Amino acid sequence: MQAYLKLDHIDKTFTRGSATTEVLKDINLTIEKGEYVSIIGHSGCGKSTLLNIVAGLTGATNGGVLLENREVNAPGPDRAVVFQNHSLLPWLTVYENVKLGVDKVFARTKSRAERDAWVIHNLSLVQMAHAKDKRPSEISGGMKQRVGIARALAMEPKVLLLDEPFGALDALTRAHLQDSVMALHQKLGNTILMITHDVDEAVLLSDRIVMMTNGPSARIGEVLEVPLARPRKRLELATNPGYLKCRQRVLEFLYERHSFVEAA
Amino acid sequence: MSMPAMKTEVSAVAIPQAAAAAPVVTMTPKRAPRAETYAKMAKETAARAVPPLIVVALLLVVWELICRRAGSSLPPPSKVFKDTRELILDPFFDNGGIDKGLFWHLSASLQRVAYGYSLAAIAGIALGTLVGQSVWAMRGLDPLFQVLRTIPPLAWLPLSLAAFRDGQPSAIFVIFITSVWPIIINTAVGIRNIPQDYRNVAAVVQLNPLEFFTKIMIPAAAPYIFTGLRIGIGLSWLAIVAAEMLIGGVGIGFFIWDAWNSSHISEIILALFYVGIIGFVLDRLIAGLGKVVTRGTAAN
Repeated sequence: MQAYLKLDHIDKTFTRGSATTEVLKDINLTIEKGEYVSIIGHSGCGKSTLLNIVAGLTGATNGGVLLENREVNAPGPDRAVVFQNHSLLPWLTVYENVKLGVDKVFARTKSRAERDAWVIHNLSLVQMAHAKDKRPSEISGGMKQRVGIARALAMEPKVLLLDEPFGALDALTRAHLQDSVMALHQKLGNTILMITHDVDEAVLLSDRIVMMTNGPSARIGEVLEVPLARPRKRLELATNPGYLKCRQRVLEFLYERHSFVEAA
Repeated sequence: MSMPAMKTEVSAVAIPQAAAAAPVVTMTPKRAPRAETYAKMAKETAARAVPPLIVVALLLVVWELICRRAGSSLPPPSKVFKDTRELILDPFFDNGGIDKGLFWHLSASLQRVAYGYSLAAIAGIALGTLVGQSVWAMRGLDPLFQVLRTIPPLAWLPLSLAAFRDGQPSAIFVIFITSVWPIIINTAVGIRNIPQDYRNVAAVVQLNPLEFFTKIMIPAAAPYIFTGLRIGIGLSWLAIVAAEMLIGGVGIGFFIWDAWNSSHISEIILALFYVGIIGFVLDRLIAGLGKVVTRGTAAN
């Protein structure tokens, strides 16, 4: 098994003045090409920090990230991020937001016309080409997140990092967008690492679910394979024994063995 | 004054006619809303224009009543108008020296402001970006700025006259030094308040520092920058009149001083009126520019 993305003995300690907090301890994970892996855990367990380390936005204290056997420790378009709150630039149109990344990544390899077509192509993938001249303030939350996904996809990343991408959306929009991401994964075969706190979302979308223990010093508690055939259908899965079993396993982990301490 | 009100009545009459024609063809009702829109617009304009006009009229009447008595030290508005008729009607005459029409005085002052303010805008945005972006630059420069910005504009004038040995660059320098502080400080606050999300986006896309400056920093901080620019233009206009009184030559400030020396009180009043109007226009100009430039950012 060839490791495509490898998280190698990652520790992360935050130091503020004389106080140090160990957030992550000895995180090891290998992800294959084309795999969809979710990281789930209670809030504050450091899963977003872990994603930021993979993205290169935060440095690891020890250990490192290997992408195709090369260490990556700075942010780059090969690990494009879909941010939780979309993070579209409000002064640019939908088209310009996607174009910003495309112009940088394909500055030498694509002509102006090709880049334009590529932006439109990626907006069409998320069904947003119709709104290309709108500004972020003129479209709904779900649409913004679609554009965020298009922006990340358009950079042709080796790994797509999703940081609770559906967290800020209402349940119906969320389901709709989850289906879109599933379809895109099916079609393009991206390698995806997703942070989530939603059990159903993790089971529905992932090939593997990485469950984190509570912080401080969060570790990987358990990794669950989701042996469900793709394409997956939300409605059929609702009564599928395999789905329910996976769901049960994650719930047990989160609420019995590692229930959120502060919630009490 | 009564014009907008009359318009309202006219269009109000027009509406029922359009509405009466409506039942015949289904397309016609579209005309009625348009007439209504015009009526509404006229009404709104009138509602905004009439109150200040009434206040101005009342003030003029009061002023006239107070100053028309014999022995009054200030002229009433009627006398101001009579005395300055020629200056109002012919702002473009030029008899050489400083004996010029008001247009030339005002344009000389505006030119100085344009130079000084442009320099202040460039330097202010650059320094503000530096102070907003770098903690060490802030620690080093901010205390200095906080002290320097409290120095009154005219206190700089003798020093700049000593340095430049000429009125024109000294006046420009005073404009610059007066308007640069609010631009620096507001830009710095704007840069410091750029959301981390935007910085993350720039990092993932790998924008270089120049692209980051033009594509992220400037647009993200634009609302703050324009607040600074707007305060700056107001201060420049305040400073120029005072500075010109001292440096002499062509300019609205010295025109006022000259009028005082020759006891032409009416001319002073006319000049003040122009100074006020131009200050107002400058302020609105920068505000309008800011509105256009920041339309995306502010909406979020």
